[in-house]
Amino acid sequence: MSGLRYVYAVCRPFRSALQTQLTGVAAQPPRQLTHHGLIAVYSAVPEADFAEEPLRAHLEDLDWLSETARAHQGVIDALTAVTTPLPLRLATVFRDDSALRTMMEAREEYFRRTLDRLAGRVEWGVKVYVDPRPAAAEAPAGKPASGRDYLRQRRMQTRGQERTWQAAAEFAENLHATLSSFAEDSRLHHPQNSALADGPGQNVLNAAYLVPRGDSEEFVELVDRAKDDTPGMRVELTGPWAAYSFTGEEGEEGEEGEAGTGGEER
Amino acid sequence: MTVVERREVALVDLLDRLLAGGVVITGDITLRIADVDLVRIDLNALISSVNENVPSPFQELL
Repeated sequence: MSGLRYVYAVCRPFRSALQTQLTGVAAQPPRQLTHHGLIAVYSAVPEADFAEEPLRAHLEDLDWLSETARAHQGVIDALTAVTTPLPLRLATVFRDDSALRTMMEAREEYFRRTLDRLAGRVEWGVKVYVDPRPAAAEAPAGKPASGRDYLRQRRMQTRGQERTWQAAAEFAENLHATLSSFAEDSRLHHPQNSALADGPGQNVLNAAYLVPRGDSEEFVELVDRAKDDTPGMRVELTGPWAAYSFTGEEGEEGEEGEAGTGGEER
Repeated sequence: MTVVERREVALVDLLDRLLAGGVVITGDITLRIADVDLVRIDLNALISSVNENVPSPFQELL
């Protein structure tokens, strides 16, 4: 079979079949390559789009990136229904089967160790947003009567915002402490740029938690119970995800801030 | 405070995981994603796609 090999994940052999109509990136069905008892799930993709130069260009095209990311996630989701996949980073492409086998062999120990660590676990995403605008909205509408009025209004707004930020930081810290003591592991992602979020407010916590699948309900309840009457605060839960944020070993997380125990090692 | 559970995964959450998470392979692959300017991808591409008139909550009242 010709074409480059776009690899989604590595996993252990699984019994159930994937849905037959499942398509991955480039509208290609996912296939399996077995090597030393591990399986790489990949699609054969055209060189015209996935060789280095076209791929680099495509990655900066939002529509292409979005479509590819969703197709990648679709395959990971399908795998998550039947096994615990170890997801690869977006756009990991090999020349051919032989290059793919070479990689699997070189990383065999790591794959086995990590698949053992992640077996039966899922990732939950929790984000906290603060919306500092209500404080500003309390200011009387219309033009201030004088320069002094204007300055006083500004001062009050600034103080209100400082209080909101402080409350948000404390709230996020407490929530993270509670959730990471329940979860097996946690990671702090960079807060999302507010221009990218589709809800209002500024992202102050963007965390991922590794939770045994069977404890998920309890984890979700914990997030729910963390409800607080702190005004202007919003908590968003996403998941369950494949354990994207927990594939690295200790010391490999690079720029991602690290929390919890670092994920090593039984 | 509200807890929101989304059905449709937001692209920004997806990219948090697909571009920052997942196993990074080096070696015989066509392109290491780390070679691409990720900041350019996940910020510029996305920001240019959202309405430029979204106000910053911290805009000074000048």
